[in-house]
Amino acid sequence: MAARRSRIPATKYPVERFTLDNGLRVVLTPDRSAPVIGVAVVYDVGIRSEPEGRTGFAHLFEHLMFQGSESLEKLAHFRHVQGAGGTFNGSTHLDYTDYFETLPSNALERALFLEADRMRGPRLTEENLRNQVDVVKEEIRVNVLNRPYGGFPWLKLPPVMFDTFANAHDGYGSFVDLESATTDEAADFFRRYYACGNAVLAVSGDIDVAEATELINRHFGDVEARPAPVRPSFAEPDLTAERRESYVDPLVPLPAVASAWRVPDPVTDFANYLPYVVLAEVLTDGDASRLVERLAHRDRTVTSIGGYLGFMGDPFDVRDPTALLLQAHLPPGGDVDKVLRTIDEELDRLATDGPGEGELARTQARMATHLLRDTDAVLGRALNMAVLEQQRGEPGLLNELPRLVGEVTEEQIRSAAATLRPERRASVQVMPGGAR
Amino acid sequence: MTATTTPAPRTLPPLGPTRRLKLPPQAERTLTNGLTVIAVRRPAVPLVEVRLWVPFGGAHLARGAVLSQTLLSGTATRSTIEIAAELQKVGGGLSAGLDPDRLMVSGAGLVTGLDRILELLAEVLTGAAYPVDEVATERDRLIDHIQVAQSQPAHLARAALLKRMYGKHPYAVQTPEPEQIRAVRPAALRRLHAERVHPAGAVLVLVGDIRPEKALDSAEQALGGWNGAGRAVTLPPEPPLEPGPLLLVDRPGSVQSSLRIALPAVPRTHPDHAALQLANLVFGGYFSSRWVENIREDKGYTYGPHSMIEHSVAGSKLVVAAEVATEVTGPALLETYYELGRLASLPPEEEELEQARQYALGTLQLGMSTQAGLAALTTAYAGNGLRLDFLAEHAARLARATRDEVAAAAARYLAPARGVTVVLGDADRVADPLSVLAEVRSEPVSG
Repeated sequence: MAARRSRIPATKYPVERFTLDNGLRVVLTPDRSAPVIGVAVVYDVGIRSEPEGRTGFAHLFEHLMFQGSESLEKLAHFRHVQGAGGTFNGSTHLDYTDYFETLPSNALERALFLEADRMRGPRLTEENLRNQVDVVKEEIRVNVLNRPYGGFPWLKLPPVMFDTFANAHDGYGSFVDLESATTDEAADFFRRYYACGNAVLAVSGDIDVAEATELINRHFGDVEARPAPVRPSFAEPDLTAERRESYVDPLVPLPAVASAWRVPDPVTDFANYLPYVVLAEVLTDGDASRLVERLAHRDRTVTSIGGYLGFMGDPFDVRDPTALLLQAHLPPGGDVDKVLRTIDEELDRLATDGPGEGELARTQARMATHLLRDTDAVLGRALNMAVLEQQRGEPGLLNELPRLVGEVTEEQIRSAAATLRPERRASVQVMPGGAR
Repeated sequence: MTATTTPAPRTLPPLGPTRRLKLPPQAERTLTNGLTVIAVRRPAVPLVEVRLWVPFGGAHLARGAVLSQTLLSGTATRSTIEIAAELQKVGGGLSAGLDPDRLMVSGAGLVTGLDRILELLAEVLTGAAYPVDEVATERDRLIDHIQVAQSQPAHLARAALLKRMYGKHPYAVQTPEPEQIRAVRPAALRRLHAERVHPAGAVLVLVGDIRPEKALDSAEQALGGWNGAGRAVTLPPEPPLEPGPLLLVDRPGSVQSSLRIALPAVPRTHPDHAALQLANLVFGGYFSSRWVENIREDKGYTYGPHSMIEHSVAGSKLVVAAEVATEVTGPALLETYYELGRLASLPPEEEELEQARQYALGTLQLGMSTQAGLAALTTAYAGNGLRLDFLAEHAARLARATRDEVAAAAARYLAPARGVTVVLGDADRVADPLSVLAEVRSEPVSG
């Protein structure tokens, strides 16, 4: 079989953009291939905007947005979405918070009504707040405190790499901070950050653009106009000396290490950022990738290794500062130093010799599959386009990503690899230490 | 928030007319070697999903586990790395996984690479070599992986529940012990492959931007030569649950308890199935259920409680699961028994039944709206002898299930007296509160 290059295909999802008089930005992307719709509302506030002493507040507030709103009792949101045959959720990221539904398309107007109602104002009662503080504490216990590798590395590495509260703090929050949160603070947070000028609504799937536009105007048109707050810069200087920390987790059976290097600004310097997204896959996507082949198959110094962009694995929905991460689990008694040295060696080799014959092209073909597969889900398109609109004013970038990834050159991969030097690296390792 | 004026509540808009469930174009062929191929067209993105279900019930657990990790680890002519690289060239990737019913090879790639993916699949099915070095590497990695799994409360609770549910049935133990893995040799893998990795009874599902008939031709071309004189194995039916004392598995220092209750259930084709599915939704099978609204949204005991019917080839069970704070373990179990018992004793309200019905019908549409969703559904159905057209029949059954039928199903299947309960948690702190509700038998955590 000749080492021919697979042609990178593309999607052609149509994109309609407009802004309501009150400042709400809207993205519509119709696709009538299945009778389902995705509805996403994204607010431009996330973990980085939390005030000091209020770790976890953005996420706690996300929970409060489900607790009833202007015309809806507690529990009504869930019941109306699910009673229409739909599913819902929300999630809190470093730079944004999203709320979303997937529904049969006959529920379009209902979903718009529900999102508009909470954009006008959630019911921020003391009872709901206390209840959701309890729920969030259970979420933290199940995802962090009661399991091995809890918060590794997404909560453990930022404080090693960053110095400012905004970038370094625990986005799930401390129990002390969560328990002392008040409804007044929640009301302030809503007024400041949940302005419709700070939001994007995206609707994807089985919609008629004219009809959807009319319904969006009907339901969101009278949401109070409030401008977006000025977003502060969260910039921090790059590292000039290696940082390394270690901690013991009594629940973990095997050592693990994660390293991160700062990368160019994903929004303002996209052309120089994109090679790093491809580099992470060249290094770790599948058994034929550089680091998996070397460390897991040849040296057997790791049991698994993965690489990705962004602390939450979010290459195209995060702003500066962000990082390329590598994360490895080691066999019992594994030597973390040796693993880091081998990674350095492989990065040197890649920077010096460049990718091998066909190595980059096959990685790009595989990335195209991953990108296209994510857009097949109607909700994936709404969420991605909403964030691309919010952070870049460019929702149609979603259609372009497979091609742009395919245009990254071997020279760009070499240059990117050359910047991943030990002196720019922040690492955290977790060591077994319990009796169990 | 203190509002100065309270606006008049707005009215929830009604739903538009329901769209009919429309099945995608599909084709099916059984090859002369016994392999069934099902091809389904969803052209939304230029990809193809590949799933191969090979019946594997009753296979040696540790050997099966290592086989699934090394099936793609080399042939006479290609190494692990070369196979992975060849697949990557067409945007593809394949991986193999095992459960007590089947070996499943799954992947996805650019649709232009379908023929190549099938060729490589055929190469490993007919020529997997299980090289000594690769087997040694994957054995070690699998042991590491199992050690990590055994440190996770969800895994430990699941393992304890399976033992409690299934007794001596092969479903009772689904994760091999590290020392059993260590003992697996390449020769045993080659033998197991020769015995069990064969096309008779296997199903290949292809979903994507394909012409179904043409995809069947491609599959026949690539896999028509796959053969093997293997034997078919039928597992005995699942044993009925044997109610008894609550099993408390001690995990000292645990800050949460993992509650698990197994209840009886029926297969998808059983006349009670639709009614049971609706009863389960009303109880705890989705967010807007009695149990979730009670223990999460009212009491704040837990984050993500769930309850679902699990279908295996040899039977079906309903499993209720929640991770709750250690200090509320007793009260959380009390509310769980209460909500199960309430629905088993009193019929659901019409309104909550309709809400559950709409959810069940709507999520059928959502599940069919992606290539990956269609592939998962088609494969799960096919592995249990069903085809996608059963969806329409299932939807009709959901639509017509009456309140009386749902109440009867709840009484028959959700009664807490018919279930078995397992709790993983800090026994020093939770044994007493649990013993208020049930007779408790304790054991140390294993694994």
